[in-house]
Amino acid sequence: MTTFDEMRLGGQARPPYEAYQSWFDRQDPKRLNQKSGDAERVFRRTGITFAVYGDTEAAERLIPFDIVPRIISGKEWRRLVQGIEQRVQALNAFLDDIYHRQEILRAGRIPKEIIANNAAFLPEMIGVRPPGGVYTHIIGVDIVRTGEDEFFVLEDNARTPSGVSYMLENRETMMQLFPELFQQVKVLPVENYPQLLRESLTAVRPPNCDGAPTIAVLTPGSFNSAYFEHAFLADQMGVELVEGTDLRVVDGHVAMRTTQGYKKIDVLYRRVDDDYLDPLTFRPDSVLGVPGIMDVYRAGNIAIANAPGTGIADDKAIYSYMPEIVEFYTGRKAILQNVPTWRCSEPDSLAYVMEHLHELVVKEVHGSGGYGMLVGPAASKKERAAFARKLAAKPSNYIAQPTLSLSTCPILTSKGLAPRHVDLRPFVLVSDRIRIVPGGLTRVALKKGSLVVNSSQGGGTKDTWVLDD
Amino acid sequence: MLLGRSANGLYWMHRYIERAENMARLVDTGLRLALTQAGTASDEWASVLTSAGVRDVFEKNHDTYDTATVTDFLLRDLNNPSSVMSSMETARMNARMVRTALTRETWESVNEAWMALTRMLKRRVDEPDLPAVLDAVKRETALIRGAFHGTMLRNEIFDFAQIGTLIERADNTARILDVKYYVLLPSVAWVGSSLDNHQWQTILRSVSALRSYRWTYEGDYKPTHIADYLILDQRMPRSLSYCYRGICDSLDYLAEQYEVRHPCHEMAAAKLQKLKSASVADIFEEGLHEFLKEFIRDNGALGDRIAADFRFY
Repeated sequence: MTTFDEMRLGGQARPPYEAYQSWFDRQDPKRLNQKSGDAERVFRRTGITFAVYGDTEAAERLIPFDIVPRIISGKEWRRLVQGIEQRVQALNAFLDDIYHRQEILRAGRIPKEIIANNAAFLPEMIGVRPPGGVYTHIIGVDIVRTGEDEFFVLEDNARTPSGVSYMLENRETMMQLFPELFQQVKVLPVENYPQLLRESLTAVRPPNCDGAPTIAVLTPGSFNSAYFEHAFLADQMGVELVEGTDLRVVDGHVAMRTTQGYKKIDVLYRRVDDDYLDPLTFRPDSVLGVPGIMDVYRAGNIAIANAPGTGIADDKAIYSYMPEIVEFYTGRKAILQNVPTWRCSEPDSLAYVMEHLHELVVKEVHGSGGYGMLVGPAASKKERAAFARKLAAKPSNYIAQPTLSLSTCPILTSKGLAPRHVDLRPFVLVSDRIRIVPGGLTRVALKKGSLVVNSSQGGGTKDTWVLDD
Repeated sequence: MLLGRSANGLYWMHRYIERAENMARLVDTGLRLALTQAGTASDEWASVLTSAGVRDVFEKNHDTYDTATVTDFLLRDLNNPSSVMSSMETARMNARMVRTALTRETWESVNEAWMALTRMLKRRVDEPDLPAVLDAVKRETALIRGAFHGTMLRNEIFDFAQIGTLIERADNTARILDVKYYVLLPSVAWVGSSLDNHQWQTILRSVSALRSYRWTYEGDYKPTHIADYLILDQRMPRSLSYCYRGICDSLDYLAEQYEVRHPCHEMAAAKLQKLKSASVADIFEEGLHEFLKEFIRDNGALGDRIAADFRFY
């Protein structure tokens, strides 16, 4: 398998990297390594850290930041945007359909069982139409590249995607470290994201709310791994950051406890999972949510972003049907391709997967964050055998995909540039219209040869540049 | 608009920053005494622990009052909720919680203080290194205060922070006085003896007031002067009177902004009035110890009242 390097092709810089390469060639390597250390100090001081679950040693860690930008040309980006817009429209149409008439099931385009037996499908949402008819407002579409024109969607994150604060802080840090670079290379700005998010949330305020809505970000609390991001977004949008204990239902509205009494909230950007949102409806032991919020929601007195139950759209079992879903709702072929996927629930596929474990990536249908997956080519014989037993025990719990040769982008090491595999998560806002900032979060596997880019598994991040060309 | 939880976070963040600083100052004072009065060092450490309000916790885990054990307990022990390290942890945790209410400068100063002190207090501090560490604690907390005062808007956020600082400070000053109250009583004031010179200096030093006292009283160390200075002087930034004036100012700003007065307003105002109209002679007559005991109790009750009136929980 040959790997596509985004920066260099045949000993030369690819066109989007030309200006950067010529700047880079003029730099003193020592100074660059020094800047790399500066960046780490900036992140520590600002407290841009994340907690790793189950890791007691390092309660707070930094996601390593690499100072070589990942660069995308304007033309490449415009094509991605078309594909992404089509996809998020289809996701929202699918959600509306699946919680109402279920035309797609009637038409036999996806099997009924996949919905009926799916924990991500919330019966409580049947017949509920959220304000503005939007279900998934904030979506992170994970995209990988394997060649000049080959982009694949690896995963849709339609629940509570995170990482956008890194997109913003990475850019901020790069501009601080290399101001002169931004004069030489014209990069489209990303810093208006919080403003766009606020506009987008304002546009889906409930019909009963007249005037400017009160917006709040709901966080599970300061011990959550993404707390920094929750605080960051609330701060940048100029809205309150609330926890479950601040909220209660007062006179048919969700309200927050202020120093002057309870004040109603119209739009809640929640970063708490469905299960914990309302102990009266979902998990009774949850202290992170608001008892009764679902009644307020159904009465049309609050907008919740993303709506409860959006997980059914990004479930990995559903993912394999995305080409059908896009075609069914938009009437056109999907612009962005899916990665070919074997559903282990189907006997033929299972047999194939069992035979080819050494060359496939096998994922849990409901997993996330790179946990519980097998990267066949990187695993030992023993690991593959152990995984095969799990797979045989519960095939419907897994899907498999070919090991894609993810594109690489160089990182700066003490010995100079070295290629590492990357992926890309652009952030999409859906409400009265679709808003996408030109950029996203580039995650990079720091270990040579590794394909796992998740921050919980030793991945880092890069600033992502979309060129103004 | 401010969340009750955020007001609570701001209040405690500032109480703990103040506490970390006070703790460093107490250790500093204890060290100086231990250096100059070898024989009674353990008595002095015991009274430092009492002033810090952590003698019970200490005695659960230790039975000797030597310098190394006590300083380690006061600086680093996470089982001691008031140690410098515990205080900084709690202050930062609260700061993180109310991050959106703080300026970037304020948050970063807290975070940097926490990073610096975590590094310095990772291991037991050797006695020769103690002065440098104590200086660092005072410097870091001063930087936080500087960032806070220099960049924060004077609004409700500022007021709750200010109230936290001043309630903690008043509590600290009152405790220090109470532990040493007998030194100030006229019946045992052996004027001029080296022992009580030390004792008075200890009191003044532990509230950073030795030099300013000299400016004010030209080196005339009299028990009544010292009590007057630390209790009633309105311009001495650690006196009870100064603290209550600041608390009342902040509460008044809140009343103005929210257009409502609560029971806590009356409580604080009554206390300030008492401090304003009292004379040292009255206080000595009432009994200094009784006066301080009542003050500490009422000061705690005011904190609880504020929490209830502004819906901290």
